[in-house]
Amino acid sequence: MGGYVDNIKKAQITEQISVQVYQNPAYQSYTTEELRKLIEQKVALEIKRLGLDKPFIRFDSLYGFFHSRAFMYLINALTLSLGRSEHIYSSSGSKQVWLIIKERLPYSVLLFTTASLLVFFASLYVALILSRRYGSIWDRLSVALAPLSTAPSWFYGIILILIFAAILRLLPFGGLVDIPPPENRIMYALSVLKHMVLPLLGWFISGIFVGVYSWRTFFLIYSSEDYVEMARAKGVPGRLLERRYILRPTLPTIITSFALMLIAAWMGAIITESVFNWPGLGSLYMAAISQFDTPIIVGLTVIYAYLLGVTVFILDIVYAIVDPRIKVGGGTAA
Amino acid sequence: MKEAFKELTRYKSALVGLFILFFLVALAIYAVVAIPYGEAIRLWRGSEAMWRYNPRTAAPAWIDYFTPKRLLHTVILDSEVAQKNVEVLSERTRRILITYTLDYKADVFPSELAVVFKSRYDKKPPRVEVIWKTPDGREFPFGRQIPSGAIHWYTVSQDKDLISNLRGAPEKILFQDPKDAEKPIKGIHTITIKAYVFESDADIDAEVIIYGTVHGLAGTDHLRRDIGVALLWGAPIALAFGLGASFGITISSIIFAAIGAWFGGWIDGVVQRLTEIRMVIPTLPILIMVGLFYSKSIWVILAVLIVLNLIESSVKTYRAMFLQEKRAPYIEAARSYGAGHLRIVFRYLIPRVIPWLIPGFVLAVPAYVFLEASLSVLGLGDPVLPTWGKLLSDAFGHGALYHGYYYWVLEPAFLLMATGFGFTLIGYTLDKIFNPRLREI
Repeated sequence: MGGYVDNIKKAQITEQISVQVYQNPAYQSYTTEELRKLIEQKVALEIKRLGLDKPFIRFDSLYGFFHSRAFMYLINALTLSLGRSEHIYSSSGSKQVWLIIKERLPYSVLLFTTASLLVFFASLYVALILSRRYGSIWDRLSVALAPLSTAPSWFYGIILILIFAAILRLLPFGGLVDIPPPENRIMYALSVLKHMVLPLLGWFISGIFVGVYSWRTFFLIYSSEDYVEMARAKGVPGRLLERRYILRPTLPTIITSFALMLIAAWMGAIITESVFNWPGLGSLYMAAISQFDTPIIVGLTVIYAYLLGVTVFILDIVYAIVDPRIKVGGGTAA
Repeated sequence: MKEAFKELTRYKSALVGLFILFFLVALAIYAVVAIPYGEAIRLWRGSEAMWRYNPRTAAPAWIDYFTPKRLLHTVILDSEVAQKNVEVLSERTRRILITYTLDYKADVFPSELAVVFKSRYDKKPPRVEVIWKTPDGREFPFGRQIPSGAIHWYTVSQDKDLISNLRGAPEKILFQDPKDAEKPIKGIHTITIKAYVFESDADIDAEVIIYGTVHGLAGTDHLRRDIGVALLWGAPIALAFGLGASFGITISSIIFAAIGAWFGGWIDGVVQRLTEIRMVIPTLPILIMVGLFYSKSIWVILAVLIVLNLIESSVKTYRAMFLQEKRAPYIEAARSYGAGHLRIVFRYLIPRVIPWLIPGFVLAVPAYVFLEASLSVLGLGDPVLPTWGKLLSDAFGHGALYHGYYYWVLEPAFLLMATGFGFTLIGYTLDKIFNPRLREI
C-alpha cells in the first residue's frame, strides 16, 4: 500500500543495505544464505523505522487514521519537521531541510518582493494616468504593448542577459554577489543590487504591460460609475476624485491581487532564479528536482503552503481595515 | 462566426495576428509533411554520426551578409576534386598520393578539421599520412596512422600529438598568417594524403573536411544538429500543445460550470468547492512531479495538464454568466416543451456563451506554449521531440550566451514571441468584438 514511490523507496533501502552488508568485512565469513537473511532482517527493520510498513492512509477508525503514514507526514509538515535532505547541503554543511530552506528564503523574498512591489505600484500609477487620458496615444500604445506580457519573466531574463551581460558586458550574467564578495557592507549591498537589476527588469517587463492594461480597464469601468459622475458634476477636483471615489472602493480588489501576485512571485520564480543563478528557493527547487531530492521538494511545497496560508490570513485582517463594510463577527448594528 | 471573422479583418492588429498565425500553421504543415514524425525524432535523437559533416555551433549562413568579415562555409574535399596518383613500389605494395587544393578566402579560422579515410583491404590495413602545405609554402606532415575499418575518422583538431607539436589548435596554426597571428592566410592550400597499401586489390580514398563557422538557414547546435529541424518541428508541437491544452481546459470548464449552474444545489456546491481546491493547487510543481516520476512525454504532460485544469478558476466566471442565462425566457420556453436537463445544458446554455469564451480560449494559448518552454528549461521537456523550449534550454545550458552563439537563443525566442504575439493580438481583438462594452473603453 502506498504506490509506486514506496516501491522506489523500498528498492533504494534494499540496495543500500545490501551494499553495506557486502562491503562490511565483519560479515565475510557468512554464507550467501546467511547474508541474505541478514539483509532481509535489516531491510525489515529500516522499513519499520521509516514507517513504510504502516498503511498510507486509513479511514476505518480514528485510531487507524492517527497511526497511518499520511497523518504522520501531516504532523511533520505542520510542525516543520521537514526531515533531512538526501543530497543537498546548506552552506553551513547541514542536511536539515528546514535549515537549507531558511538559508535560501531571504534571498527569494528580497528579489521577488522588490520585483512585485515595483511592478504593482508602477502599473497602478501608470494605469491611473492612462485612465485619465483615455484614447491618447500613450493609452493606445499601452494596449498595443499588452501582448508583450505573454512571455514569462525567465524568457525576458534570457534576452536581457544576452543584451546587457553578453553583448554590452555592463551587468553580471547572474549570481548573488561578485566573486570574491566585497568585505565592506555597503559595497556588498551595492554588488547584490547590481546583480538584482536584470532579474528585476525581466520580471518587470513581463508583468508591467498586462498590469497596466488590466488596471486601466478596471479603473475605466469604475470611473464610469454613477457616483463618480455625480462627484465630477459636483466639481470634485481630479486627484481627490481618484483617491476617494475610484481608488477607495477598489482597494480590496487591489490588495487581493497584490497578495496573490506576491505568492505567484514566490511560486513562479523557479525558472527565473535558475536562469539568473539566484540562490533562492526557486533554484533550490530546481536543484532538488535534478538530484531527486524528495525531502527538499516536499519541504518547499510545505513552505509555500504556509506562505499562502499566512498571506490569506493577513489579507483577511487588512480587508477589515481598508473596507469599513467588512466587519468581523457579523454584527449588524453600526 | 463568419461575420466575426469579417469584422476581425477590419482591425489592423488582428490582421497582423492572423498573418502570424497563418505563417505558423504553414510552418507546422510544412514541417509535418517534409519531415515525418519518426524522421524528426531520428534526426534529433539519432547518433552524432548523422550530423558528422556539420560544424559544431555554427551560426546561420545568412549572417555572412551582415558581417564585414567573410565567414566560412564547410568545405568537403572528396575524391571528385582530388588528383590521385598511384605508384607501384613492389608486387603488392603501392603508394597512393591524393592531392587536394583548397582556395581559402574566409576572414575567419575554420572551426574544426577532420579527415575521413575510406579504405578497402582484406587483411593488412593501409598506412596513411597527411601533408599540409600552406599558401606561403610552409609544410606540415602529420597524422601518420593506420586507419582501421572501411571508414575511419581522423579528427585533426583533436590530435594531441599534433596540438603539442604545433603549440596550438591545428585549425588555427595551419591557417595562420605568419605576420599576423590573429588573421587567417588567404590563398591556395595543398593537402596531400600519402598512403601505402599492401594488397593487390586494396584501395584508399579520403575526404578532407574543413568545418565552417556558418551552416544552413538556422545554424547548428553543440551536437552538430541542424537547428532548423527543431525550429520547424517546434511549430506543430507548440500549436498542438497550446491549442490542445487551451481547448481541452476551456471546454471542460464550461461544461462543469454549466452543469453546476443549471442543477444548482449540492452539484453546484461540489463544483464550486472543487474549483476552490483547484485554485490553491499549484500547477507547475505537480507537472514537475509528473515529469520526474512518471513520464516526460509531451503528450502525457498535456493530458495531465488538461486533467488538472478540468475545472479551473474561470468556472466561477462562466457560472455567473450561466446563472444569468438560466432565467432567460428562451430557456423557460425550452423547459415548457419538455426539453431534458442535458439538452438544455448542451443545446441551449453552452452555445449561448460561446462568443464570450472564444477570446479567452485564444488568449490562453500562448500561456500554454510558454509553459511547455518553461518545462523544457526545467529539464522536463520531451526527451525525444525537438521543441523550441528544448532549443532554448539546450542553448542556455551550454552557455550559448557566454560563448556568443546568440542565434541559438534568438531563433527559438523569436518564434515563441511571435506565437505569443499572434494569439494575443487576435484574442484582444476578438474580445473587443464579442464584448462590445470593452469597445467603448
